[in-house]
Amino acid sequence: MPGKMLDLNRTPMSKRSPKERIKTFEEVALGYSEEEALKEANRCLQCTRPLCIEGCPVHIKIPQFIKKITEKDYIGAVRIIKEDNPLPAVCGRVCPQEEQCELKCVLHKKGAPIAIGRLERFVADYEANLGVSEKPYIDSPKGKKVAVIGSGPAGLVCASELAKMGYEVTIFESLHEAGGVLVYGIPQFRLPKEIVKREVDYIKSLNVKVFSNFYIGRTRTIDELMTEEGFEAVFIGTGAGLPKFMGVPGENLLGIYSANEFLTRINLMRAYKFPEYDTPIKVGKTVAVIGGGNVAMDSARSALRAGAEKVYIVYRRTKEELPARIEEVENAEEEGVAFMFLVNPVKYEGDDKGWVKSIILQKMALGEPDESGRRRPYPIEGSEFPLSVDTVVVAIGQVPTPIIANTTPGLKVHPKWGTLVANLTTGATTKPGVFAGGDVVTGAATVILAAGAGKTAAKYIDYYLNNKNKPNIWEELFSAQ
Amino acid sequence: MGFKILEKIQLGPDSTLMKIYAPYVAKNAKPGQFVILRAHEKGERIPLTIAGTDKMKGEVTIIFQVVGKSTKHLSLFEEGEEIHDFVGPLGKPTEIENFGTVACLGGGFGTAVLYPLVRALPEAGNYIIVVNGARSENLLILENELRDLSNEYYVTTDDGTKGIKGFVTDALKKLLEEGKHIDRVFAVGPVPMMNSVAKLTKEWNIKTIVSLNPIMVDGTGMCGVCRVSVGGETKFACVDGPEFDAHLVDFDLLMKRLAMYKDLEKYSYELFLKELEEKRCPGKC
Repeated sequence: MPGKMLDLNRTPMSKRSPKERIKTFEEVALGYSEEEALKEANRCLQCTRPLCIEGCPVHIKIPQFIKKITEKDYIGAVRIIKEDNPLPAVCGRVCPQEEQCELKCVLHKKGAPIAIGRLERFVADYEANLGVSEKPYIDSPKGKKVAVIGSGPAGLVCASELAKMGYEVTIFESLHEAGGVLVYGIPQFRLPKEIVKREVDYIKSLNVKVFSNFYIGRTRTIDELMTEEGFEAVFIGTGAGLPKFMGVPGENLLGIYSANEFLTRINLMRAYKFPEYDTPIKVGKTVAVIGGGNVAMDSARSALRAGAEKVYIVYRRTKEELPARIEEVENAEEEGVAFMFLVNPVKYEGDDKGWVKSIILQKMALGEPDESGRRRPYPIEGSEFPLSVDTVVVAIGQVPTPIIANTTPGLKVHPKWGTLVANLTTGATTKPGVFAGGDVVTGAATVILAAGAGKTAAKYIDYYLNNKNKPNIWEELFSAQ
Repeated sequence: MGFKILEKIQLGPDSTLMKIYAPYVAKNAKPGQFVILRAHEKGERIPLTIAGTDKMKGEVTIIFQVVGKSTKHLSLFEEGEEIHDFVGPLGKPTEIENFGTVACLGGGFGTAVLYPLVRALPEAGNYIIVVNGARSENLLILENELRDLSNEYYVTTDDGTKGIKGFVTDALKKLLEEGKHIDRVFAVGPVPMMNSVAKLTKEWNIKTIVSLNPIMVDGTGMCGVCRVSVGGETKFACVDGPEFDAHLVDFDLLMKRLAMYKDLEKYSYELFLKELEEKRCPGKC
């Protein structure tokens, strides 16, 4: 905007103090006030060729919604976001904006990109506080049924896109609550479950049916959905739900959790409210979390809130290589989580009742870069030492559960990663009529990448259903560039 | 949208049978599989074996014993009421074929888990021996059903109040020593019972399948709390089992892992009983 002064003061967002927040599962980040949001929105240069949109996996029309904020038309802003993303309150909180839209912002070079995520969150929460819900235009019914498997970010976005196009969409969820990793994985203090519920309810309001307690592969198979239940296309967005263990001796001792179990007990089952809620959890005084990703940070910070006195992150590389978001690492540090770098568990030792009492850690050093571009750690022989702990959370990653692939003839799986083979441009799998996207295809990644994959798949599901009789349609979708 | 209780029958002092309306579960369920249910909004997810189905009526039968808060709470539900969540069928079905002579050993409440299997085995042409064991006569369940389904039926009680005095292994040992040829054994019951059966049948070199009951949360292969060691390999009982080769199972580990939450389970159960008492007669009785 000609003549506009550059404002390089990024408006900070207030947070609960570390001391206060480790005693509670209440949300840490408090969000912008209206005044703060206006101040931040007014910094936006309203570029004529905005790069931020390219950085967004679901291509939200970012400058447009920010413009609405400057005009104090907050509902108008939400309306614009929802045209591309049905989960603004979720994404405003958990997207790694610093690697996406905010990285592309022209002000990033000046060290002060627009806080797009915080603005997205502000308008989504504004709408919720008013108790209204903006609904988009829904096309006239097409009379065609599409099944979406899994109610995580990929499935929710795919379903909402298809519903807007007029398809009859049913989401099948194996757990009792919809939301996938948003409810079982990401903790309350980062993403309150009430917010997930609100956005799931919004998607339901677009005439999307959600069947919980319905485990595709067991309750019904994909073939049964297509031949007996009349679904003309299927989208698989089942994520990466199978926890990895390291296979070191003693890993089955009591007090050693997979991050999935630890977080599921706390988040989905509300074990932090035991005995009001029936599911218990045991968190000891000294907790070691193995791994350095966002799931490890979530586990460590949850452990503190569940009463642990000392929490370690045990990571085999250095701080530089931590795969977690910087913001999450900083939050963990502020809260007193201790980081141990260049160490790796080689063995767990237990007491006579089978409870873990120590980890034998081996020191590591960094060698040449591996295929991920990060330097590969190698063990230093003879450097083993014990660390006394009474709880361990193994957070070294998740892979897709094999149940769907095992029960669906024609679906191919990557032999090494266990992920579904699918075209990344269209989502088409090796089985005609079946699409997939999100972690089940890419391996564990982020909420917004899954959402983007769900959105892309919806577009090609529509294309497929409009061109079902075109010769070689599936070859076209599966081999698209 | 809950799952309606169509019928409720009290089988014994602490065991209850319920028929639940869950047509999709009924449709695909096979012997050996289980469901995970959550009785109410704040409840735990608990695994229960599918004891039977009626595909036409969309019914799934579960049999459970009151052992803590969740099962106590479930036992208070009446016909016509709805269970909050009910998902299945989970786990791998039992591999059923014509083995020849099959001995089915049920210890205590394990008998309920054994029941659908005993029903399916004769269809494959097997000769069935059932040993129904319990601590005492009043704790025996499904006596008539199992007697009718089996070619030979024995009862053991620890205290000798009915049948052979002793354990199910005593009855099995006696049969084997008398020269009875047995091709396969299925054993379900408390961990020590399954462990002793495994030891005995290993001596006699008879392949034995046990159904394991570790703690579960999701029951869909997601959390790994149900991990068991089988032949030195870690398996998830919810998706790789719940049935495994008894001669390869590390029962000691299973026993320890089952005890992980004993103290909290007891605490929560006692609190619940107190609450119920308070509701039954407010103030003091």
